[in-house]
Amino acid sequence: MLKLSKYVLYDIVRSKIILAYTLFLFLVSFSLFNMEENSSKAIMSLLTIILIVVPMISMIFTTIHYYNSYEFIELMLSQPMSRRKILLSEYAGVSVSLLSSFLIGVGIPILVYSPDAIGFSFLFTGGALTLVFTSLAFLTSVIARDKARGIGFALLLWFYFALIYDGLILLILFTFSDYPLEKLTLVLTALNPIDLGRISIMLKMDVSALMGYTGALYKDFFGSGSGILFTVGIMFLWIILPLWGALRIFKKKDL
Amino acid sequence: MIRIENINKRFKKLQALIEINALFEKGQVVSLIGPNGSGKTTLIKCILGMVKADSGKIYFNNELINGDPSYRSQIGYMPQIGRYPDNMKVGQLFKMLKNIRNVPAEKLDEELYHQFKLGEIADKPMRTLSGGTRQKVSAALSFLFSPEVLILDEPTAGLDPLASEILKEKIIKEKMKKKLILITSHILSDLDELTTHIIYMQEGKLQFFKEIESLREETGELKLGKAIARIMKGEKFSNEWIDKMFEINKEGNIY
Amino acid sequence: MLRLILILPTIIYCIPTFAKTIVVGKNQSITTIRKAVEIAKNKDSILVLPGIYKEGNIVINKSLTLAGQNFPILDGENKYEIFTVSGSDITIKGFQFQNSGSSAMNDYASVKVIDAKNIFVENNKVINAYFGIHFSNSSYVTIRNNTITGSPAMEQTTGNGIHLWKCNHALIENNRISGHRDGIYFEFVTESMIRNNYSTKNIRYGIHFMFSHYNSYFDNTFNDNGAGVAVMYSHNVTMERNTFEQNWGASSYGILLKDISDSRIQHNSFLKNSVGIHMEGSSRIEISQNIFKENGWAIKVQASCDDNNFYQNNFYGNSFEISTNGTMMLNKFYNNYWDKYEGYDRNKDGIGDVPYHPVSMYSMIVEENPNALILLRSFMVSLLDKAEKAIPSLTPENLIDDKPMLKPNKL
Repeated sequence: MLKLSKYVLYDIVRSKIILAYTLFLFLVSFSLFNMEENSSKAIMSLLTIILIVVPMISMIFTTIHYYNSYEFIELMLSQPMSRRKILLSEYAGVSVSLLSSFLIGVGIPILVYSPDAIGFSFLFTGGALTLVFTSLAFLTSVIARDKARGIGFALLLWFYFALIYDGLILLILFTFSDYPLEKLTLVLTALNPIDLGRISIMLKMDVSALMGYTGALYKDFFGSGSGILFTVGIMFLWIILPLWGALRIFKKKDL
Repeated sequence: MIRIENINKRFKKLQALIEINALFEKGQVVSLIGPNGSGKTTLIKCILGMVKADSGKIYFNNELINGDPSYRSQIGYMPQIGRYPDNMKVGQLFKMLKNIRNVPAEKLDEELYHQFKLGEIADKPMRTLSGGTRQKVSAALSFLFSPEVLILDEPTAGLDPLASEILKEKIIKEKMKKKLILITSHILSDLDELTTHIIYMQEGKLQFFKEIESLREETGELKLGKAIARIMKGEKFSNEWIDKMFEINKEGNIY
Repeated sequence: MLRLILILPTIIYCIPTFAKTIVVGKNQSITTIRKAVEIAKNKDSILVLPGIYKEGNIVINKSLTLAGQNFPILDGENKYEIFTVSGSDITIKGFQFQNSGSSAMNDYASVKVIDAKNIFVENNKVINAYFGIHFSNSSYVTIRNNTITGSPAMEQTTGNGIHLWKCNHALIENNRISGHRDGIYFEFVTESMIRNNYSTKNIRYGIHFMFSHYNSYFDNTFNDNGAGVAVMYSHNVTMERNTFEQNWGASSYGILLKDISDSRIQHNSFLKNSVGIHMEGSSRIEISQNIFKENGWAIKVQASCDDNNFYQNNFYGNSFEISTNGTMMLNKFYNNYWDKYEGYDRNKDGIGDVPYHPVSMYSMIVEENPNALILLRSFMVSLLDKAEKAIPSLTPENLIDDKPMLKPNKL
């Protein structure tokens, strides 16, 4: 499997898109830290990159890569190679390259300019979201029949997690504002990896606001040791479950 | 060597394979013929495990094919359209497959690799290759590990006459080594001199599976195409495709 | 030194017409403070040598100076109020008071002063008291350099560190107060000054003002108190150069202003508080040259406030800058620096050409539905805010800073 991933990785690196992505992240985060006089605007822009751009790129890149590798996968299938091994190798190759892009592109500027708790929460969230959305993209790619549908499906899912989901939460909060909703919102946020990542950053950035109002509940929950474990655990599930689903479908899929 | 029992496969609206039964033995060169969409490639892919049949069983050396991919180490497969990782160089592709298969050097069969002079283009990335050159690569790969079974999907389509001849010679050589060779093709003339058995498929059904000698005796036709046509007419399979095949044969002027 | 002290009583004994010093100690002729106070006359001094004194309640009603040497321990055994003081010209310094009693009926304190004048309470340590230092109906009092450490229990069963009721001309400085209900409590106190105190980890407020006018407090630090500093029902209060930090909680503030008027809040720093300043029913307050940094809400202005001026403040990295609960705004904002400001300055005068709306749409949403806080910094929220900025509909139209600064004000 390692051998196969190595070749997948090699192929991705050679395509240069991943290099462009790394460079893009690097230049943007570097200039954000450099150009903005006040770091809070820089942090806000960086947050948008991590919560919105990284998941999107991860999904689109993965989807395109999957369809471009279709024939390669076919070739591998004619070899004595299990489907599980093939898909996992693809996942490993794609996720490792996207993750290292992120860690280099955003990680280095953060380590240079902001090596604090906020910086590390950024890296954790960005890294986790990269893996989660790579995993989700594998699921959608395996389900969708062709590239156009695959990308459409991926973008839709991204849009859902990045925007629509939060709109729905807001809707629920206002519709049922007479009920105690703290626990429900807690559960709801866990069902969206972007929200979960956002909250783990918020705990470092907006701790003062979170301590106000019912926010204290979130802080108490997510900030505690078991809360951190919970966040990491849920993120892990978000990586594992779509991948597991993709594997199941892929195993039965006709190629 | 390969036993196929009651295979059925349905793709949404299309019934691709209906109750296919067949037994392939060592030393046979089986031609799978039939019009487009008759199920030839699907059958091949079922054998390779790329397509999962809805029902029925396939045995390879008396072992049921069921998830374990190791039997494929004895199969060399040349796909209809060989696409490979775009950025991988020809040399790397061969190196990679050797690396993955881990077959000792003395067991490698690099005859086609040399005859097609693939060494000269070892430095070229796969995306720069023409369709024909890709076919050469596919052909060389399928023979590379001296497999017991060769499955060639439209092997001569896209090859220039010289390469086509080289491939034919190679197939004959392997036939001498008592290997099982499955070939699909539209153009009968290419297959005539190699074939020992013929499978004719239409609309997902296996219409007949006959030894070539008995076919000739039955029909009294020396020319394979005419023999088939006679059989089919006798069994009331009239079809535009048959006529077309005749035309090609006439132009081919081999017999 | 010791020898000198031993000789001193003899000398004092020889000159009985002058104010004398009575020494109290285990090996002295006088072994209890109670006895010393009993025999002392006005203007005498009492020197208490190191040791543990468990004498229950001691009433001091003469003009005496009581001084402890190396912090003799006065233990209330969790039953007694230690010193009950009344009169004038009394100084209490250098003691360690501990375990003064608590009672639901009486406000027991380590040092309680009633109906007094010219009182000094200096350089004492107060440990585990119900009330630390308690003054009522007194004037011209100085409370200085004391360390008051409570062991916080419940809000109801813990008294205040320094408690003043109906006093005037008090000076409270350089004290360090922690673990009480309110660090410093003022009720009906006028013309007093609180400076250089450090008030931390108190259950309720760092300072609590009720009906106390013409007071000022400056250079104090209020850190991690239950709810910050509360100033209520008072006027003419000056608050300068204080630091309010990490007052975290659901109803926790840097400063809570309730029915305050004609006051000044200037040159303070508000760091990492859930709410920097919470104002209700307040008017004519000048809020200027303050720093608001990384607070949840920098300022919450309830609609009941009017005629307040906010200017030359610097706002950095606050989750929300201003929030309000109404659509009317009768306060003025100008020349503040807002780090989220995105306008431009074409004439290069350092003032942005586009007005700044410090109230975001989302802060209105959160005001209405606190649970929505969970969506903070989400993509949807920033879209909502952008949309609202383009077409204001929910946020108060006239709550704007029409002269926002492009660079932070120099403070």
